[in-house]
Amino acid sequence: MDWHQLWTIVSLPDNIPIVGMLFIIPFFTWYAVRQARANDRLLERLENDPELAKTHHRKVQPFQKGWVREVAVWPYLLRMEFLAAIIVTIILMVWSITLDAPLEEPANPSLTMNPSKAPWYFLGLQEMLVYFDPWIAGVVMPTLIIIGLIVIPYIDANPLGNGYYTYKQRRFAIWAFIFGFIILWCSMIVIGTLIRGPGWMWFWPGMTWDHNRLIFEINRDLHEIVGITSQPWIGIFGGMVVGGFMVVAGYACHRIITATEFSRKILGRMSLLQYAILQGLLVIMLALPVKMAARLLFRIKYVWVTPWFNV
Amino acid sequence: MADNNPTDVKDKPAAPAGGNGNGARTLLGVTIDPDEIKKKAQIDLEGLKQPTKTEVYKSIFRVKHDQTARSRTLGVLSNVFLHLHPAKVNRDAVRYNFTWGMGGISFYLFWVLTWTGVLLMFYYHPTKVQAFRDILYLEHDVPFGKLLRNMHRWAAHAMVLTVQLHMFRVFLTGSYKKPRQFNWSVGVILLVLTLLLSFTGYLLPDDQLGFWAVTVGTNMARATPMLGHEGPFGPELGMTPFNDVRFALLGGSIVDANALLRAYIWHCIAIPGFAAIFMIVHFWRVRKDGGISGPAPIMLEKEIKPVRR
Repeated sequence: MDWHQLWTIVSLPDNIPIVGMLFIIPFFTWYAVRQARANDRLLERLENDPELAKTHHRKVQPFQKGWVREVAVWPYLLRMEFLAAIIVTIILMVWSITLDAPLEEPANPSLTMNPSKAPWYFLGLQEMLVYFDPWIAGVVMPTLIIIGLIVIPYIDANPLGNGYYTYKQRRFAIWAFIFGFIILWCSMIVIGTLIRGPGWMWFWPGMTWDHNRLIFEINRDLHEIVGITSQPWIGIFGGMVVGGFMVVAGYACHRIITATEFSRKILGRMSLLQYAILQGLLVIMLALPVKMAARLLFRIKYVWVTPWFNV
Repeated sequence: MADNNPTDVKDKPAAPAGGNGNGARTLLGVTIDPDEIKKKAQIDLEGLKQPTKTEVYKSIFRVKHDQTARSRTLGVLSNVFLHLHPAKVNRDAVRYNFTWGMGGISFYLFWVLTWTGVLLMFYYHPTKVQAFRDILYLEHDVPFGKLLRNMHRWAAHAMVLTVQLHMFRVFLTGSYKKPRQFNWSVGVILLVLTLLLSFTGYLLPDDQLGFWAVTVGTNMARATPMLGHEGPFGPELGMTPFNDVRFALLGGSIVDANALLRAYIWHCIAIPGFAAIFMIVHFWRVRKDGGISGPAPIMLEKEIKPVRR
């Protein structure tokens, strides 16, 4: 256990946001879940008591007859904003006084940094480079992440949970987002920052970053394992594997989408186009952990090799 | 006055030392009444005790600062800096726990970054010869230069984090749902612009860290399908290192002087400009789509209305 190495990585000023993320993201997830559970308990009460549902003000926050539903922005909101600005300023001041922004040696194209890392928020994409060729990891995937985020409101046909925390009414949406945001995006940033060392090799926390470390592992393409040696059969085989994955993943997604009576009801509200886009995005999102597993567990480099591109 | 009009003095008698009966006297043709002046001075002094009653004050602050609903409403609505706020807001929305304040904090951090960024621009030249030296100069010679640079960098990191948390909160509260779908999409664009702002700033110190980060980042652009010289179908479409999308980003085939200048212009002018435009739309739509989404009254499953197509 190399505590010094661990401290060197964790205390790097540029890594503060990631170390902070390790606490901030779980905290806010917990904070949201707590409020969602409170709302869900109220939901249950109202569902079991239609009379109460008619008269209840429908919030967990206290409310009594005669209270105003809206308060003046000045002072009730503006003082909160002012307070927030002061607190953020203090945090920034303390942070800026205690920690210096990193400055390395002058740029030198003939001296490669090892590891040479992108800014921390792109380390998820850089980590993806291990599993996919740059055109997928660096171009297609980011584009799909952006498009996928933009279309979320247009493919979410569930009208419930609009403007309040809830888990019960939006199980699928919440799991899909948490899977994409926390399990894929955030944890890959953490891997890219804290785990990946020289040569972009995997160093568990506490392992020394040995610049002379060699890993004797041979990554093979899937068709080599199967024993196909010539094109076009390699390409056809790979296409079938990818197509097969899409069918299986699509089927699995469909089973999840239609798992409960409620989710089937929501599916009934979706147009064919909405469903197709949802399926497409989910299948591609699932392709990432599947390819990661194929690489990390089975040392598979490509599953689909063609003369023009490899997947 | 006296030099210009000497006849004035001649025509009128010189002011008596004790003044006339009212205590008024004439000096160089101007009647001066000490009682009158005392009275006026007293009025001015009385005015100082109540500065809010003065004409200057009233011309600047048009609204009374009292606790009536009217004054509070006008105080927000008639102020250009506050007018993006509604006059009133959902009583539960002012609590911290619903919004986490992340959208507002992101905006505040954008302002911090703008101010510190402008100050940094005073000391920075986007050239290969000077960029790195300027940073050293900032760190060692410019008063508070180090603090300035630190604050710019940490505020940038913080903003990337708060923007993501803002998105997380908006998702978990379902705030992107009807009628706010479009504003979510605008928000995604702002998230991307935030990341690009941070990324373009990374190169500017012209040190090893920024150089290699940008090298790694822009090398991916080589592999853009059809538009990069190493991407699928790129070479087939005539892409070379000297005409592909990476060349356009860097202004060359390697990260060098042109890339530094381009990063600088994107970072300081173009992307903040786009971000400002999208922010205007984003805040405007928050208001036009009905203000902050919640905490809204919860809706039961049996209350779902059928889809209208």
